[in-house]
Amino acid sequence: MNDAAVNAGDKTSNRIIKVDALARVEGEGALYLKVRENNIEDLKFTIYEPPRFFEALLEGRAYKDAPDITARICGICPMAYIMGASQAMEQALGVKVGGQLRNLRRLAYCGEWIESHVLHAFLLHAPDFMGYEDSIQLSKDHPELVRNALDLKKTGNEIIEVLGGRAIHPINLKVGGFHALPKLSRVKALREALKRGLDTSLEMTRAVGGFDFPDYEHDYLCVSLHHPDEYAITEGNIVTNRGLSIPVAEFEEHFDEEHVEHSNALHGVMKGESQPYLTGPIARYNNNFGQLSLLCHEIAKQAKLPRVVKNPFQSILVRLVETVYAFEEALRLVDIYEPPAACDVALTPRAGRGAGCTEAPRGICYHRYDLDAAGDILAARIVPPTSQNQKQIEQDLHGVASKNLALDDEKLKYLCEQSIRNYDPCISCATHFLKLTVDRD
Amino acid sequence: MTENRRAGIVVAGIGNRLGRDDGAGPAACDALRGLLAAEIAAGRVEVCEEWGEGARLITLMEGRETVIFIDAASSGAEPGHVQVFDAGQQEIPAGLLCYSTHRFGVAEAVEVARNLGMMPGRVVLYAIEGADFGTGEGLSAPVAQAVAELCGQISAGFVTESQD
Repeated sequence: MNDAAVNAGDKTSNRIIKVDALARVEGEGALYLKVRENNIEDLKFTIYEPPRFFEALLEGRAYKDAPDITARICGICPMAYIMGASQAMEQALGVKVGGQLRNLRRLAYCGEWIESHVLHAFLLHAPDFMGYEDSIQLSKDHPELVRNALDLKKTGNEIIEVLGGRAIHPINLKVGGFHALPKLSRVKALREALKRGLDTSLEMTRAVGGFDFPDYEHDYLCVSLHHPDEYAITEGNIVTNRGLSIPVAEFEEHFDEEHVEHSNALHGVMKGESQPYLTGPIARYNNNFGQLSLLCHEIAKQAKLPRVVKNPFQSILVRLVETVYAFEEALRLVDIYEPPAACDVALTPRAGRGAGCTEAPRGICYHRYDLDAAGDILAARIVPPTSQNQKQIEQDLHGVASKNLALDDEKLKYLCEQSIRNYDPCISCATHFLKLTVDRD
Repeated sequence: MTENRRAGIVVAGIGNRLGRDDGAGPAACDALRGLLAAEIAAGRVEVCEEWGEGARLITLMEGRETVIFIDAASSGAEPGHVQVFDAGQQEIPAGLLCYSTHRFGVAEAVEVARNLGMMPGRVVLYAIEGADFGTGEGLSAPVAQAVAELCGQISAGFVTESQD
């Protein structure tokens, strides 16, 4: 529900555009745009949802509590928190989870990518491109599209339920592995839905490839994980498209967060870089295209997605290519699954520091913990993807608005909101975010 | 919850226990699990706590005979006032309910299900007007009382239907 206040005035010279509560994004944010003499004088992307202090909440808790507590940061992407926290603790305790346990984690993460990407692409973002106010209107004219999207999302949720015990805030994953192994029959039973989902996701990617994407391009500084052997989801080095490649543990040496007065979420910055950076589907696709499957390369080509994506409005298409990948990868993991001998690896508490990072649907999600000798948490730091993308969102808004100042206020406001939805921002996660105001006075 | 074990009737309490009166739906689940224990044990009724994600609610409605949603509302009415919407007969006002992740919540779920021909035979929404949507556990007194009375009425209806 938008509470837009649009001031009358010369639509190309002086005006204010405000969106007090952004629609079709997760959490509470706003946008303020002030235009004077055909120039943008002020632009603020504001997150006003209150901070939740999860990092302080973790201090003094046992290492094993971190995955379950941090999972509550987000109902859409709990895996990013469960796994980031788990990997950080495992590094601090000097253990590595491999083999089929690692495969099960990757399978669970495929479930999260599917349900999150499909929810955003079809129920929240597609109405922008198809000329509908929302998914209710979309479902009146395109019931099959929405029905297919719901089926895909259901399969993503089913994966998480089978492996995690429940779809929202799964409870079966832990530091060191799983509380219990999923039933082999339930894992193998996922196959039929995954096969059907793969076919449907290919068909829907082709359909989205036909959307008319607004004309805007930017040469992004892309930050993502990179793994030499696979399309990075659950682990890898942190890399940029400008040559940086660092272990996750060195994240804080190269990246920082800074407070800005207009947002309750810290803005992510890369040290020594004058420009903001981008994390999420486009960054992953641009940095790791070579690790996508041949089928993904083919569907990207059919959907007219370039090798390097510079148009942020094409993020919806990248999400769908990644959805195809997630279905393929989930099928592969289900097919090769054999129950391992144990559901977890042994852990012995000790003092130390550990860092973990995974590719949440919206981008890299970094965790770092310091533990005492008993394994209790002395300090915690969590850097979610939306806070990292905030500065880049503001730069996109500046670029898109500058190019489209000739639009009337309502159209400009809508285009700005669409620009923000390109990022599928998770404001609740970031608080530590949307209202739009355009001021042309 | 698996497809082959779905009860014909589902009562979904929607909300967040850590958001004061936003926890009205989950509190109703707690009460109804006791009041409807026999119907739940017999597989006739399912009581589930949901956080309001609309796509999931559509899946929850699929193939059911009756769906009852209990959620907190913020409409300016007196705290504890309960509004009843028969979704088969009327649209649910989108701005009534307090929170929906990604702005795709109960009202949107019902309307999309209607457009897709996926509406159960009966969908009823009880919207309990909240007083305090701050951070923390516990309901305000008028909301706690409204939850107790509503759950009593809902369970009495089930008992009456069972006896019929």
